[in-house]
Amino acid sequence: MTDRNVPAGIPNDTISAQIVAIAATRDMASFEALFREFGPRIRAYLLKLTRDGQAAEDLMQETMLAVWRKAGQFDPTRGQASAWIFTIARNTWIDAWRKQKRPALDPDDPALVPAAEADAPTLLELKQRGAALHEALKALPEEQVELIRLSFFDEASHSTIAARLGLPIGTVKSRIRLAFGRLRAALEEKK
Amino acid sequence: MTIRHHLNDDLLIDYAAGTLSEGWSLAVACHLAMCPQCRDQLALAEAMGGALLEDLAPVAGPDDSWETLKTRLANASEEPAKPVLRPARATLPEPLRSYLGGDIESLKWRNLGNAKQILIKTGDDTTQARLLRIAAGKPVPEHSHGGRELTVVLTGSFHDAVDSFGPGDIEDADGSLTHQPIADEDQDCICLAITDAPLKFSSRLLRMVQPLLGI
Ligand SMILES: [Zn+2]
Repeated sequence: MTDRNVPAGIPNDTISAQIVAIAATRDMASFEALFREFGPRIRAYLLKLTRDGQAAEDLMQETMLAVWRKAGQFDPTRGQASAWIFTIARNTWIDAWRKQKRPALDPDDPALVPAAEADAPTLLELKQRGAALHEALKALPEEQVELIRLSFFDEASHSTIAARLGLPIGTVKSRIRLAFGRLRAALEEKK
Repeated sequence: MTIRHHLNDDLLIDYAAGTLSEGWSLAVACHLAMCPQCRDQLALAEAMGGALLEDLAPVAGPDDSWETLKTRLANASEEPAKPVLRPARATLPEPLRSYLGGDIESLKWRNLGNAKQILIKTGDDTTQARLLRIAAGKPVPEHSHGGRELTVVLTGSFHDAVDSFGPGDIEDADGSLTHQPIADEDQDCICLAITDAPLKFSSRLLRMVQPLLGI
């Protein structure tokens, strides 16, 4: 992870293949490999949000059970496996830990405005975009990446984060915007 | 239909992170249902969440974590997915219909001068969600916001001194804006409005009756 020539992160195509195998044949070996790779990171994520070791362990297990149950819904041509696992961990945390719902759209709703038909990216393109995202994250100034991390790993609102860091709320928002803009630019090149 | 007013990055990121409160999230979800472009941006923000998750230093758990998970898996019953009933066509998008308990023709509006409204119940006590129906060509009384107001246009359109908003557009107004939205002539404008503080009306009379009207 410290070697800057090696793209950081976990090989998403391996993870994708494992999730597909879980869906297709309920393959326990793939599930165990996925658990060994991602379980400790999901636990780390949930520990940051809950600051409670027992809750983090329980919610990590809930997340992995949901990954097992929902594996058939994962479409490896649509996006990164890690993004899919992230959304499952996030929703598990919200359902169990937050008192509010997170309203979400229904992809099959008749009132949904559909996207123009676009070609699905190839697996190679997806892989390149995953690597580009990691490189762009690494290249961000620390002050920006810190705020992105806080946005994802801390329940506090931007105004609370701003107060804690002794920054005006406008500065916090503009750093987040700058960081997101750079990641967006890095990925758009790979589209 | 071309959407000109999109989600701000800070709303998008907080929604992707799951930390945005329920009231604001309802407005974000309605915009997303009407805006494929912002759905792509959400996918990017969630990919970022995935990348950050991959980069986290692993935290070891109890020695029997995997055994426990396997046992829970063996004992878990595979509940069959409940079929979701959807109408063949709809005007208002999900998740809004579920919050309202139906689509546009089933709603019971309360009169409010040139406008009608329905208060929407959410689990979020830091915001108030409402559906507004502004009569075609008519203004909403001039007001400013004690805090933030998110407005998503669902049908019709409105304009104020600065800008105009059509179906799918989202307006993000802070406490400094005083405006008087006017519905365009051709049809009533229905929008979802989320606020985190009572509106401040310029008219003293309206300020007095405000508590009675629940606005
Ligand atoms: Zn948009």
